[in-house]
Amino acid sequence: MIQTEAILTLWQREILRFVRNKSRIIGGLGTPLLFLLVLGSGFDRLLNVGGGLSYFQFLAPGVIGMVLLFGGMFSGINVVYDRQFGFLKEILVAPVSRASMVIGRTLGGATTAMFQAAILLVLTLLVGVQLDPVQIVLMVLAMTWIAFGFTAMGLAIAAKLTDFQGFQLIVNFIMMPMFFLSGALYPLDQLPPWLQTATSLNPMTYGVELMRFIALGQSSMDPGLALAIQTAFNALMLWLAAWLFSQKE
Amino acid sequence: MHAIETHQLTKAFGALTAVHPLDIHVKKGEVFGLLGPNGAGKTTTISMLVTLLSPSGGTAKVNGFDVQTQPDLVRQSIGIVFQDESIDDELTAWENLDMHGRLYGMPWELRKKRIEEVLKLVGLQPRQDDVLKTYSGGMIRRLEIARGLMHHPNVLFLDEPTLGLDPQTRRHIWTYIRKLNRDEGVTVILTTHYMEEADFLCDRIAIMDQGKIVALDTPKKLKERDATLHVASGKIDELYQALSAMNPVRQNGKILIETSQPQRSLKRVLSIAEKRKLALTEIDVKKPTLEDIFVELTGHSIRDEKAGTSDRFKAYNRAMTGRRK
Repeated sequence: MIQTEAILTLWQREILRFVRNKSRIIGGLGTPLLFLLVLGSGFDRLLNVGGGLSYFQFLAPGVIGMVLLFGGMFSGINVVYDRQFGFLKEILVAPVSRASMVIGRTLGGATTAMFQAAILLVLTLLVGVQLDPVQIVLMVLAMTWIAFGFTAMGLAIAAKLTDFQGFQLIVNFIMMPMFFLSGALYPLDQLPPWLQTATSLNPMTYGVELMRFIALGQSSMDPGLALAIQTAFNALMLWLAAWLFSQKE
Repeated sequence: MHAIETHQLTKAFGALTAVHPLDIHVKKGEVFGLLGPNGAGKTTTISMLVTLLSPSGGTAKVNGFDVQTQPDLVRQSIGIVFQDESIDDELTAWENLDMHGRLYGMPWELRKKRIEEVLKLVGLQPRQDDVLKTYSGGMIRRLEIARGLMHHPNVLFLDEPTLGLDPQTRRHIWTYIRKLNRDEGVTVILTTHYMEEADFLCDRIAIMDQGKIVALDTPKKLKERDATLHVASGKIDELYQALSAMNPVRQNGKILIETSQPQRSLKRVLSIAEKRKLALTEIDVKKPTLEDIFVELTGHSIRDEKAGTSDRFKAYNRAMTGRRK
């Protein structure tokens, strides 16, 4: 059962909380910026990623993917926070279906992660990645859609957890491998077989390739396929989170 | 139809039975209390009634809706004030209430009207645009009660509504609850481990201990159950003889008679004394407090258990953010 008003309410709440908490916005950008500026500048002269691209350009969509992954997954922590402080119960006893609740929160988390990524996008524009308005609009849409999947995943993890430490441990345990085993830092073309397998099983790979296609006009795979896999991943995570939240003790 | 009706309602967590088969009937418009120590199963019972926990066995109906097969209808018709804070402290009072109204499907005009009404009721209008981080514990409680009432529920659940509040705020909240029950006809189910709270507010009290109801009656009748007559006279031996049919006990130069009907027993003692021409130097009815009743029924006093991890966490956090409670 889908309740539009409830979805909008929870969506707006996430955004309101995000806007009121400036430190969260800045905090989420530190690590990705470090990666982009240090790795990007450090390896720019050394690495040839082909296609006439500098490493810096190549890396930019990957690091935006990192912001979406971190931002999306960590927005699940709001559920843990709500559980600790009791607000989750207020939502759970309201006449709102679990599916609506999960959709509203996922949209909220996806929007806030997209905002963070958009800040990074603006920074990359300033340092030399060139995008026309159509590309920017497509990037924003893609970023939102990618963040949607990661947020739903964060929610699914948070559904059964009661403490922050547990959430942080699990998220870090999943997040770091997802980041390093995607095509965010290196091209997928000439990888050893084991790494090729790992990257092809990683949902993040497809989101990064999709953004690379939009921003740079080239990618290691068909963007239609990347979008299809991203969409399937989003649907699966959304269903999983809704199902986990509908399980009562 | 009853506001609440349970039949053999049970909850077990693994090997631990938190609530033993429970049959309660709460009338419409009644203030019904669940009184018992921490861990007695009060919150577990409430959680099942408000659809947060699935029963392990038995059935429960709230406003005629089954908690397991019609949870959405149950949720639509009830209001809840949880034992722990359940507000979003990064939002303002007004925003919290507005969000509540939207989750309960109330249109904008109605929300606006009701928010103004309930804020006025709990006296928080002047602070309505402040973020809740700046509120005291008592103010948050009042806001939560306001929120529980906003969608005009038929049944209001209050889980330890005045836990940890100062006596003055507690009095205020008691007055609100009474007023609501009287003026709006809201059925109120409350849990508490404060004797005086149950005594002051409830039409009927169920005393719970270790997942079972050990007594259920009006506070007055509960206290009358075990009243004691204290009688003294200059001719105590003769008086003791004369009252022998009433199972008297001698103690400290007085005669004590236990009775469940103190008024009748009192008259009887007076008439016997008059007939035998025995002058009484003292006659008194000692009614027990609910605390006494509780101790007698359960063999232990209402105790405060250690705070759990999450309580400590919350206390710590409150200390860090400077909230007073």
